[in-house]
Amino acid sequence: MRQEGAIVNKIDWVVIALYFALVILGWLNIYAAVYDEEVKKNIFSLSLNSGKQLIWIGTSILIIIVIMTIDFRFYDSFAYIIYGIVIFLLVFVLFAGTKVSGSTSWFSIGGFRVQPSEFSKFAAALAVAKYMSKVNYKLSKINDLLITACLILVPPVLIIIQGDTGTALVFGAFVIVLYREGLNPTIIVIGLIAILLFVLTLIFNQTTLIISIIVVGIIIILFGKKNWKRILTIAAGMIIVIAVVWSVDYFVNDILKPHQQNRIKALINPEADPLGYGWNVTQSKIAIGSGGLVGKGFLQGTQTKFDFVPEQSTDFIFCTLGEEQGWIGTSLVIFLFIFLLIRIVNIAERQKETFARVYGYSVAAIIFIHFMVNVGMTIGLFPVIGIPLPLFSYGGSSLWGFTILIFILIKIDAHRMQVLVR
Amino acid sequence: MEDNRKYIIQFVFILVGFIYCIKLFQIQFLDDTYGPAAEDNILRKIRDYSYRGVIYDRNGELLVHNDPVFDLMVIPKEAHVEDTVKFCQLLDISKEQFVEKMKVAIDYDMFQPSVFMKMLSLEDFAKFEDFLVDFPGYYPQVRSLRGYQHHNLANALGYVGEISKPMLDRDTTSSYKQRDYIGISGIELGYERELKGKNGVKYKMVNVRGVVKGDFKNGKRDTASVPGSNLTATIDLELQQYGEWLMEGLAGGAVAIEPKSGEILSIISSPSYSPGYLSGRMFSNNFNELTMDSLKPLFNRAIMSVYPPGSTFKPLQALIALQEGVISPSEQIFCSGALVGDHAPAGYYDVFKAIKMSSNNYFYIVFKRIINRGLSENTFIDSRMGLDVWNKYLNNFGLGAPLGIDIPNEKGGQIPSPKLYNRIYGENRWKWSTINSISIGQGEILISPLQMANFSAAIANRGYYYTPHIIKGIGEGNEPRGIYKQKHFVGIDTIHFRPVIDAMESVVNNGTGLRAQIPGIKVCGKTGTSQNPHGEDHSVFIAFAPKDDPKIAIAVYVQNAGQGARAAAGIAGLMMERYLTRETKKVWIEDYIKKGHFIY
Repeated sequence: MRQEGAIVNKIDWVVIALYFALVILGWLNIYAAVYDEEVKKNIFSLSLNSGKQLIWIGTSILIIIVIMTIDFRFYDSFAYIIYGIVIFLLVFVLFAGTKVSGSTSWFSIGGFRVQPSEFSKFAAALAVAKYMSKVNYKLSKINDLLITACLILVPPVLIIIQGDTGTALVFGAFVIVLYREGLNPTIIVIGLIAILLFVLTLIFNQTTLIISIIVVGIIIILFGKKNWKRILTIAAGMIIVIAVVWSVDYFVNDILKPHQQNRIKALINPEADPLGYGWNVTQSKIAIGSGGLVGKGFLQGTQTKFDFVPEQSTDFIFCTLGEEQGWIGTSLVIFLFIFLLIRIVNIAERQKETFARVYGYSVAAIIFIHFMVNVGMTIGLFPVIGIPLPLFSYGGSSLWGFTILIFILIKIDAHRMQVLVR
Repeated sequence: MEDNRKYIIQFVFILVGFIYCIKLFQIQFLDDTYGPAAEDNILRKIRDYSYRGVIYDRNGELLVHNDPVFDLMVIPKEAHVEDTVKFCQLLDISKEQFVEKMKVAIDYDMFQPSVFMKMLSLEDFAKFEDFLVDFPGYYPQVRSLRGYQHHNLANALGYVGEISKPMLDRDTTSSYKQRDYIGISGIELGYERELKGKNGVKYKMVNVRGVVKGDFKNGKRDTASVPGSNLTATIDLELQQYGEWLMEGLAGGAVAIEPKSGEILSIISSPSYSPGYLSGRMFSNNFNELTMDSLKPLFNRAIMSVYPPGSTFKPLQALIALQEGVISPSEQIFCSGALVGDHAPAGYYDVFKAIKMSSNNYFYIVFKRIINRGLSENTFIDSRMGLDVWNKYLNNFGLGAPLGIDIPNEKGGQIPSPKLYNRIYGENRWKWSTINSISIGQGEILISPLQMANFSAAIANRGYYYTPHIIKGIGEGNEPRGIYKQKHFVGIDTIHFRPVIDAMESVVNNGTGLRAQIPGIKVCGKTGTSQNPHGEDHSVFIAFAPKDDPKIAIAVYVQNAGQGARAAAGIAGLMMERYLTRETKKVWIEDYIKKGHFIY
């Protein structure tokens, strides 16, 4: 604590500025989303989501102060303990939680609800960072890779059991972290091919797809060296691909719940049934698209105000922005997010410690996945997955979760020079 | 290697941001379908239907008025019926009908309003209205339906119906929208433009549940409806009712005209129907029923059926001959009765006696004189030239082509021309003897009751007529259309009318038209019998009265009722008497008509 003044200077004020910019823009848009011309309540009214969000913002500032006050070594030292507590909460919520729209992922405390899965993101990030910073850690070592994978996968598995598949998918963000830490890109490429096949399976019928795979395989065999080893490899590859197609088909039609199937189908063809499963996507695009270049003006949006867009203050908050602020507004917010992400990656890269770097990348990756999926779904590029737009969407747990995620990084980063001292 | 990955990751972040900006640019700026889609979402267009003009008779009696009815509209997306049983009970429909109607609405459009139930009467709707709040997604639309306080004049009034798809396609001015009402026949069609007015639109904003949230852009885009013009008809409702009553059970047509103005006092087509029958929810049922009726009640015989005029045509022949100078009023012509069958005995005839006795032979001779003037050596060419002259006179009387009455579908009938006979017989293959049946109003001459009434008005006027019309006042101006204020001269000098009119007077006084007499009023008339190869002859009568100051000219045509002296003359006399004196003294004639004693 001798270097108090110096630490303040080392705090990354750019990230903090971006944080507050997004939080305040989000708050204004939450107000716009719930604004009712007939009642004309004020933005601070506690009966509105905007009033409540202000409480969440205030408490987030308290959290920031606490985080900045605690010794930076705490997060490193207590990573596993924090992780353990969160895992406990994720299990505990299954028994003691309240069911909200199909998922048992909430604790009700007094009038408020807390969602432990929102905190599992930073906890997992801490644990993974901690584990990967151990001496002699190598991703190429199968043991290390498996344990890392376990640390990443335990929370989403519990979250899926709660019934909140959307939040669980966010843990896919750690692929980016692992990639940065040296994961063989082939694995990622294979993963991407699997996703591509997944989508193709949904678009085309199974028989057509299998026949085309066989045709492509034969073409590859014919146009190349014809030795047995190569032919067998390709044939084996084809069999795997076909197996994937089959299993995807099985997965979608027999394992996914109907509402999940519909969300995926809506992505591929929202017009097929504009009132059924395509409703959200269609209305969301109408709201954003009708905003035009400069938008209808603050509080002037009609689609969100008149409830055509579902969940307009939480998952679909981007629609309000698009409708009222137009392309200028949406581009600005996208710019702020990308700027924040680039900045966080740079912060991560300037860390001397593996722990801090891995944690920094986790922060960037988690925010990125949220951003990509959330905005993507409102403009019809992703299926409707119920995850919030970081810092922007209404919700206490979510705002707290992201605040903790970001400010732990800022705290650690502020002390990056002290690592050498240690 | 790992250092590169930082850039790859940052590149992916930027790439995603970039793709999103491009995609947003596309949907927010380039694609202009989302703006209208958003308006579609929140806009509820409420049509403010214009008030269709009402129609009065010449004495201010209401002929057509408007009754409010309610169309129950539904927006399927917003519709929610908790208690289906109650809903169905209130509307008096079955559960199956409910399901069926909803399905129709859903198939039409989930988001757009469609009609759930049409034309609920005020009483029916009142029951439902109290519970309207329990059924979100349903709302009433007020419209007005044509109403009538009498049962007459159906064919002339015509009816109003929902615009059909083909009509909508033909409407190039796009002043009509689906579900608009439009006049389909009669006055309703003839004066559609005046009666219609202009529909307005109100734009309301609604939320996703269809709850109205206020005016769109403060009502800047709203337009108010403009009511249609009221019309004053030339019809005398009392006369019309009396005439229709007389002709009940008969088939035929009758038209009465005020000679000095061409105003139609009464226009009857029998059998008819009550105009209210084609207004309201039962329209299609009733319409089909009327269409299937073998007596064709929808066929306006007064203007659409054309028949040979028979002897009623003789006064016209006489006038043409006098004007052309081929006879003189006092000239005695000996008729042996050898040329054609005749009720009139052989002897000397002048024009007065020939009309009074309805001498066929006299008019054979006269018509030969009109046709064959010796203008050419060749009798064929001579006949053609003669017929041409004759044809022009009759055209002047408004025959051979539609007169131009202000209700649609008027037939023009037929007056033979050289062209017609050339077509039938070949050029230069016909002469007077080929065509002489037309000299007594048989053969190829076809005239509608309206045209007959019109030429009797022209005779009453001693040489001119106004085109008969049924509307004498439009809107505030209270004037008829301009064309109905133009006098048409028939090209016969006034002096020639005297012997013809005198003869017509004696037809009624002591000739074949006795049944048309009115105590104390000089009536001029002419009976006719229209030969009908398919059955009993048709009874025809034309008349006007009073002789010296004609107030009414009339033509009555009764199908298959034999001689004109019987049914037609009786009806014409009674109608003229009713119009001129507002009473009926000759009750025995009324009896004779109503009991059908003329049918033997």
